[in-house]
Amino acid sequence: MELLDNLALGFSTALLIQNVIYCFVGVLLGTAVGVLPGIGPTATVAMLLPITFYFEPVTALIMLAGIYYGAQYGGSTTAILINLPGESSAAVTALDGHEMARQGRAGSALAAAAIGSFIAGTIATVVLAVAAPPLARVALQFGPAEYFSLVLLGLIVSIALARGTALKALAMIALGVLLGTIGQDIYTGTPRFVFEQRELYGGVDFVSVAVGMFGVAEILRNLENEHSREALVSKVRNLWPTREDRRRMVGPIARGTGVGSLLGILPGGGHVLASFTSYAVEKRISKRPQEFGHGAIEGVAGPESANNAAAQTSFVPLLTLGLPAHPVMALMVGAFIVHGITPGPNVITDEPELFWGLIASMWIGNVLLVLLNLPLIGLWVRMLRIPYQVLFPMIILFASIGTFSLSFNAYDVYAIVFFGLLGYVLIKCGCEPAPLLLGFVLGPLLEEHLRRALIISRGDVTVFVTRPISAVLLALTVAALVVAVLPAIRKRREVVFTEDD
Amino acid sequence: MKTTSRYRAAARIIAAMGVVSLVAACANNGTSAAGGGGDAAYPTENITFVVPFSAGGPTDTVTRMIAEPMAAKLGGRIVVQNVEGAGGTVGAGEVARAEPDGYTVLMHHIGMSTAPALYQNLDYKPLEDFEMVGLVTEVPMTVVARKDFQPATLQDLVAHVKANADKVTLANAGIGAASHLCGLLFQSAAGVKLQEVPYEGTGPALTDLVGGQVDFMCDQTTNTSGQISAGEVKAYAVTTPERVKSLPDVPTTTEGGLPQLQVSVWHGLYVPKGTPQDVVTKLSEALKVALADQQVIDQMAKLGTAPVAADDATPQAHRAKLEEQLGTWAKILADAGVKAS
Repeated sequence: MELLDNLALGFSTALLIQNVIYCFVGVLLGTAVGVLPGIGPTATVAMLLPITFYFEPVTALIMLAGIYYGAQYGGSTTAILINLPGESSAAVTALDGHEMARQGRAGSALAAAAIGSFIAGTIATVVLAVAAPPLARVALQFGPAEYFSLVLLGLIVSIALARGTALKALAMIALGVLLGTIGQDIYTGTPRFVFEQRELYGGVDFVSVAVGMFGVAEILRNLENEHSREALVSKVRNLWPTREDRRRMVGPIARGTGVGSLLGILPGGGHVLASFTSYAVEKRISKRPQEFGHGAIEGVAGPESANNAAAQTSFVPLLTLGLPAHPVMALMVGAFIVHGITPGPNVITDEPELFWGLIASMWIGNVLLVLLNLPLIGLWVRMLRIPYQVLFPMIILFASIGTFSLSFNAYDVYAIVFFGLLGYVLIKCGCEPAPLLLGFVLGPLLEEHLRRALIISRGDVTVFVTRPISAVLLALTVAALVVAVLPAIRKRREVVFTEDD
Repeated sequence: MKTTSRYRAAARIIAAMGVVSLVAACANNGTSAAGGGGDAAYPTENITFVVPFSAGGPTDTVTRMIAEPMAAKLGGRIVVQNVEGAGGTVGAGEVARAEPDGYTVLMHHIGMSTAPALYQNLDYKPLEDFEMVGLVTEVPMTVVARKDFQPATLQDLVAHVKANADKVTLANAGIGAASHLCGLLFQSAAGVKLQEVPYEGTGPALTDLVGGQVDFMCDQTTNTSGQISAGEVKAYAVTTPERVKSLPDVPTTTEGGLPQLQVSVWHGLYVPKGTPQDVVTKLSEALKVALADQQVIDQMAKLGTAPVAADDATPQAHRAKLEEQLGTWAKILADAGVKAS
């Protein structure tokens, strides 16, 4: 069994004491920066990269990878507790996770996220070990046309599920897409909606939008009824998922892991879709779709599993082809090079200890994350007891520091203020911020791939249907639309992004 | 009492979060307070090296490589700060407006010479708003194609793209990127106008090249040598006068019959105009020492490049290079009708 030999080699490398220690340091740091709003894994890895020059290459990569998936893990904590998502994936977790926290079920939500992430991480590690090279070849079949169709499908699935306030949801998506166009157009270099401000050329940062629309708007809303928050917190109930919760988690975790593992492999933005898609899937097949947006544990377990699985399988293109799928991985390419390893398809054969050691370390990292996080749940939940006159200013302070530290651009901090106020106004108008965020994340991807596909085909739109993968995805998109439009079915349509009023 | 202790525990978490984020922010930021310029004691505080591109990119990597030996020579501390945006013009503009005391230093590459032609409303002038400290390195570039692309040699490639100008696609990493500039130079040298396909950065562009979605591109050895040696892409030439050590089998553009295609991603250090001469000299001397450091030479070799000769790590050589390049690119970009804003 070659696979077992390889895994044995991997574990013998990853279980070396220094590798376990730095794996722990990595996931610990990752959890910390994931919990802190704003400061993300990219900034952390960039800062720590020079230190790792002095490590063994495999140790360096184990630690840097730990920071990356540890941050995906930690990001759910603030999303659940204080409605402050630090990354696009955590925005989905905030929908039901924070609702659960408001109902006094923060412990269950955190546990669901932790357990889901662990199971997903374990399965994704197996996927990596068994099928990384062939999967990477499949991912290369995805060109601009395929990505366009994939993103379109993701967007339509979410719109198709919108109910009642469909018009408002659509308006929010459109607004999100428009906000996503701010900055320099990558094809012509034309600055769009930048108002002559060079700082806006790079566009608006996702973190600013998420922190403003979710976190700050939530704080403003809480300030309206000061007493309700205390009442809410006093009834913190069970820290652990009930038997019923556990039963309801199984399916979403399994499906989320599948969705995440598949989408994570695609380097052109596939992993961004993972948690959104998982949420939409869970909502669609649930027997209790009305609970989504009001604290459905499926809405936490599914997306969190998808997100963690995707975080891990997104290493496939990097490890097997030397092609980075995420800024953190671009940094890791730098780490490879500094250690004299040329990232590329040869890494598996030339550096088997490194390849298999890194994969094995991911499973070890997941074990460490669970050991680290489950005992902390009780502590995190207590954070909700902090009086809001202390908690709220601190949230805003940390969010501002973290966001500013991303690229030292003061506009990112102004953007928090702007989107906080905008988010508050929108909530007052009965509009939901989640579709806006979806449009903001997916809109630019949609445009980028559409235009690139058409540039390559010289304006021939038939590429979208003559390329088989793209054609299948478009057929699914049409099916999703039909389901949404059929009047008989419309009655059963539900909201994918429900926010309470 | 239990509630109090819980409250304290939670407060401790918050405090810890605060400390971590402050430390993180400060570690990355460093100080930028104005010091008294022109003093013999320089440096008396942290020196900030501004990299106008993202952390982990080739320019950032080179900066971090030389920062430590330079700091050792200067007897101070160097903090690297990434100020990204608008093709490096945000970070460059920030340094142009910084206090000219030698505590804010800019690392910039070939983009310094293309920005005036690309950006109409540039808020600084490369030759007038900066003092040059010295050149650092010149990273060679490679002309690469998807592995099943027909042409076998550079001359075949030129013939093929001329005959199929309406079909061939030329990828690049975005407006003003090194790969974009090299692609423009290729078209000008080959006398052909091709369909360019811009990407957001080298990673996605190279992914589509390996996947066979686009035909060919021109990029730094740093990015391409792994794919070349693995046979995932086809290499036609390196764009330097001599062959590159890490790619001994790849001919130069001169050998391949396209001598006009000479381009490298040259890097240099800048300080704001008005920085005292003795401070510039100290920085330049430290740069020379860093470039002679064996570890720096080794690390650069891994990137497929090398430090410039000691004569080029000087303000004079740097200024001459910048003047020459400004002229070259102004013409090429104007001929190609390329503008970024």
